[in-house]
This record gives sequence, structure tokens and C-alpha cells, in this order.
Amino acid sequence: MAANIDSIDAARELTRGEYKYGFVTEVEEDRAPKGLDENVVRFISAKKGEPEWMLEWRLRAFRAWRERFLPAGDPTWANVRYPKIDYQDSYYYAAPKSQEDRPQSLDDVDPELLAMYDKLGIPLQERAALAGVAVDAVFDSVSVATTYKGALAEKGIIFCAMSEAVREHPELVRKYLGTVVPYADNAFATLNSAVFSDGTFVYVPPGVRCPMELSTYFRINAENTGQFERTLLIADKGSYVSYLEGCTAPMRDENQLHAAVVELVALDDAEIKYSTVQNWYPGDKNGKGGIYNFVTKRGTCRGRNSKISWTQVETGSAITWKYPSCILQGDNSVGEFYSVAVTNNHQQADTGTKMIHIGANTRSTIVSKSISAGYGQNTYRGLVRIQPKARNARNHTQCDGLLLGDRCGAHTVPYIEVKNSAARVEHEATTSKISDDQLFYCMQRGLSAEDAVNLIVNGFCKVVLKELPMEFAVEAQKLLEVSLEGSVG
Amino acid sequence: MLEIKNLHVSVGGTPILNGVDLVVPEGEVHAIMGPNGSGKSTLSYTLAGREDYEVTAGEAVYKGQNLLAMNVEERAREGVFLAFQYPVEIPGVSGMYFLKAALNAQRKQRGESEVDAIEFLKIARRNIKILEMDDELVRRSLNVGFSGGEKKRNEILQMAVLEPRLAILDETDSGLDIDALKIVANGVNGLRGPDRTMLLITHYQRLLSYIVPDCVHVLSGGRIVASGDKDLALTLEREGYAAYEAAAA
Repeated sequence: MAANIDSIDAARELTRGEYKYGFVTEVEEDRAPKGLDENVVRFISAKKGEPEWMLEWRLRAFRAWRERFLPAGDPTWANVRYPKIDYQDSYYYAAPKSQEDRPQSLDDVDPELLAMYDKLGIPLQERAALAGVAVDAVFDSVSVATTYKGALAEKGIIFCAMSEAVREHPELVRKYLGTVVPYADNAFATLNSAVFSDGTFVYVPPGVRCPMELSTYFRINAENTGQFERTLLIADKGSYVSYLEGCTAPMRDENQLHAAVVELVALDDAEIKYSTVQNWYPGDKNGKGGIYNFVTKRGTCRGRNSKISWTQVETGSAITWKYPSCILQGDNSVGEFYSVAVTNNHQQADTGTKMIHIGANTRSTIVSKSISAGYGQNTYRGLVRIQPKARNARNHTQCDGLLLGDRCGAHTVPYIEVKNSAARVEHEATTSKISDDQLFYCMQRGLSAEDAVNLIVNGFCKVVLKELPMEFAVEAQKLLEVSLEGSVG
Repeated sequence: MLEIKNLHVSVGGTPILNGVDLVVPEGEVHAIMGPNGSGKSTLSYTLAGREDYEVTAGEAVYKGQNLLAMNVEERAREGVFLAFQYPVEIPGVSGMYFLKAALNAQRKQRGESEVDAIEFLKIARRNIKILEMDDELVRRSLNVGFSGGEKKRNEILQMAVLEPRLAILDETDSGLDIDALKIVANGVNGLRGPDRTMLLITHYQRLLSYIVPDCVHVLSGGRIVASGDKDLALTLEREGYAAYEAAAA
């Protein structure tokens, strides 16, 4: 052990040396050089003005990635296909674009993107901000953020950028970061731990019910969600918080690889509701381009009677690899996962959840709705594990797949491991096509084929959509319609 | 209003209708009766525009337009309504939501303003009352877990709200007990009017005791083989279809 620390120290000395001479000019640059090595990790950490412990943590992750995950390659068990990623051919840090580099008005923005905003009914005043236009948007978001922060601060809620939390609330970050998703959890999470750009930190103190959905702020700031986002959300004893992530507006990014990590911690009697709408660029009709979205999301119900509920509407990305999970550690804790995943054209999604029942009387519910159109491939992959001490644990899983057309696919891969005989685990799965009878019935009443499909799809997803906060649900419904445009007829 | 001439229809290459001739003047209610397999449902699906019902000859003129040239939703928006023999289930979509979407799609097409939720609720409530339906029913997923009678009643509710010009009721009486039949008939009678034309498709005379038609036609072997007034239905009830089946064959 001692030798180990010594050698780390030695390595640190050595690399610090390199850093000193190799990077001294680079620190002024907005971009780290291409590729990934320790220097890049140090560069990112330095850019963010991080304390030593944070850098150490990143470096541990980096070494694990370099030594274990890079040689082993990306996980191959998922039902997705993509060319091998050359990790040395990417940039791992780029400062947000300066005002001069941004589009100067909506006239400079891709008309296709604007057309999409229009279809989605995004308010005019938000479009500029979403498209990254260098106008009043910045002012708007700052003022909105300030208003929010005031209201939250009154309750003692911390809601800030991850980088800010590292500086301002190191005791909390150190206590919880990596306790749900360890720094060397899987290839993508490890990469994220080494190079995470920024993200969100939320802490809700004991007994506090967060007075608002933590959302609007993000809608406006969504343009800055980075390539390697890192989110940590802690609900202390008896608190409640609802967090909305993402945006229905289509998000473009020049970086193809996205590897985010989200960690949730719910202590005794606390509840976290985490809702996501993901609409990253899915690539074109022929499957060219599009984001690889490799996300690790996990929550721990650490305390008794705690609850974590994930709701996701995934319509974007060329490839989605994502399993928001719950570790049900506290007795009587509850985990929920509600998901709608759409794959159209050549999109591929391998998504689901893990419910790990550790405590007694723990309960979990999984509702997964997949919609496949075009050549889209949609896989539900879920693990329900009942540990020996999880007396009377219960799980109900429902997976439904809806197929539009005859070239797409829906797959269900459930893993069920039960080590306590008092557990009750139920799994239901269906796959269906929209029937000609249903379409004819709707159209006989005057609906167009497209409206008929939308109506049926929305009905299919309703149990999930109703879990979303009201305003978000309406947007998500519209998003589904736009995502499936042109998939019939 | 509706004029069908020498209509031939095949389904999957098999001829089902073999030269149907039928004239239904505006505002009249005509019953089409016939044994199983005579082509009654094929006629109603063909008029509504269902795919896979291939018109091989003949024509159908509706309000002076070539009905067969219009697609399904155009016909619906022009006022053609089919009350289904087997209404389809749509999970997760409430009856109210569905009906409002349908009504507004039709209104929009006709250049009328869309009705808002409150106005729609008024229209729907009025008709729900007439049909003695449970309010709860229309809040549930469309036709999911409905009894046969509830489904049929719901079809008539849709008809009442959509106010079609030509309503085709395909075996609306099947699956209804006598009380439900009376309520449904009452609802249908309330919708009769000078600008609403109806085709009642049925096996049995029973329905026609409650909805008295202006004219009764017998469909057999894919052709109208006899026409008469309401008494023809009574004769059929007494003597059966055998005589006509022989004639068609």
C-alpha cells in the first residue's frame, strides 16, 4: 500500500514536471490538445481552478481508464453497433464559445433547427438562447438564475454548477461524489470521472421540500450541457426535490461522444424525482452522424423509506446506452423507472434500468415503453436483483414495444436474480404493431394517418408521460410527434 | 344523396359485391338486411373507404361527388360516418379526448373554428345524457374493457357529436340487450332529420321496430335482390332469407 502511494506520488511529481513545461502556454488556450493523457486531465482541473483532492480523484479515474478500460475496449454486451471510437482523436476540453464565435442572430442559425423549434412550439424568446445566439439570452439566463437562486437559498438549498460546488462546498462533494457511481464503475463513467466538463450540484437540506421544479433554469442554460456532464444530487433526510433535465428542443453538438454521469443520494424519508427529456441530434435519415449517448445514471436510496423515481423520454441520439438505476438500500425504500424510448430511421437504443433490492420491504416499479420506426432498433435491458436480506421485496416490470413498419425491431432482455424466497417479482412484456383496424377507425372519424399514429402512440406512452411534470409532459408529447414524423404512409 | 350503381367489390381477389344498385334520398333511413356473408359489412367498409376493399366496377355518388375517389378521412370530413360492428380499442386514449380530436379535425377541414374543451364538454354531456351513458365511461381508454353494449352506445355518442350527413350503422343492434337497444334506438331517432341520411345494416327486424326505416333492401349474394317498405322486414322475419338466397344463387 505504502509503495503504491509512493509510486503515485512519484508519478505525480513526474507529470507535474511535464505539466509545468509542457502546458504552461496551453493553459491560456480554450482547448486542450487532441487526445487524452494525464496532462489533459490536469489541464481541465487547472482550468476549473480545482483543489488538489479533485485532481487526485480525476487522475485515479484516468489511470483506471487507461489501464483497465482502454485496453479492454468499450462494453460489447449492448445491442448497439457503431465503429470503434478512437479516444485519442477527440478533444476533451473546450471552453464555451465566446460571444464573437456564436451565431449573431437567428438568421445565422441552421433553418432546419429553427423549423424544428417551430414544430415543437418553443417560445420565440427561448429560441435564440437554445440555438446559442449571442444576444440577450445570456442576460436572460443570468437574471432567471438569480431569481431562482434567491428563492432556493432561503430554504438552504444548494443548486449550482458542479465546478462551483467543488470550490464552494467541498465537504459535501467529497462526502458524496463517486459514492453511487464509483470513479471506475464502467468504461464511460470512468472516462467521465477523469474529464467531466461540468454539470449540476444539488443539495436539499433535511426536512426541506424544494418549492419548485428545478427546471426552467436548465431549459435556458441547456446549451452549455457539456460532452461529459456530471451531476450530483443529494436529498437529505425528509426532503423532496423534483429535477428536470434536458430539453425538448433538438440539441446539436460537434462532439459525437457523450458520456454523462448522474448520481442521486436519498437519505431517510427523502424523495427524488428525476425527469429527463433527451433530444440530442439523432443523425440524418441514413444514419449518418448523431450523438453517441453513453450515460451512467444511478441513485441510492440510502435511507429508510426513501424514494427515487426516474422518468425518461428518449427520442434523440444515434445511439443511446443508458440504464438509470436504483440501489434500494434502506428498508422500505422505493425505486421507480418510467421510460419512453423512440428510435426512428437508423437510431439504436439499448436502455432500461437496474433495481437492486438490498433492504427489507423494498419495492420497485419498471414501466418501459419503446417505439421503433424506420430501421430503428430498441432494446429494453433491465436487471432486478433481490439480495438475501431483502425480505418481502417486490418488483413489477412492464415492457411494451410498439413497432411502426416492418424494418424496425424491439427487443426485451430482462435479468432477474432472486436470493430471497419471500420476494415477489413480476415481469410482463408485449410487442405490438399499430393495427390497420386502429388506423382505419381513427381515420374514419376524420383524423389524418399521421394524427392517428400520434394519437395511438400517445395513448401507448400515457402511463409514462403522466409521470412527467405537467408542462414537460405536453412538450414531450409534441416531441414524440415530431420524432415520428414521416414514419407512416 | 347517395347513389350506388352496379358496384362490384372484391376482397383479396374474391368478389363479394356483384353489382349493387341503391339510391338513398337525402333525409331517409334505409335498412339493408341480409343473411351472413351476403356482403353487408363489405358494403359499409367500401362506402367508408377501407383499404383492401377493391372496387372492380361501378360507382358511388355522394352529394354529387365521386365517393370512391376520396380517401378515408376526406369521406369522414365530408360527413360519412360508420358506426362499427366491432369498435376498435385504443389503449391510453380516453373516449373524450379521441372524440374532441375527431370533431376538431373535421371542423378544421370544413373551415370552421375548433371547439375548446369547455364547449366540447357541453356538447358531449348533452349527448351522454340522451344515451344514458355513464360519464365515467368516456373518460376511460377508448373501448378498452367496454362491454358490447357500451361499445355500441359509444359509437352512437360519436355519431351524435360528429353530426354526420350520411351515417352507416353496421349491425349496431348486435350485442345489445333489449333495454340498451331501446336507448340506442332512441338516440338514433333523435338524430334523424331532413339533412341526415342513414343506412342501417342488420340481420334482424328487431332493430327496425324501434328505428322505423323509410325503405328496406335485401342484400343477398352481393346484390340488392328486393326492396320494399318497413313491412318487408316483417316478412323476412317470418319467412327467413331462404327465398332470396335461392334467387341470388
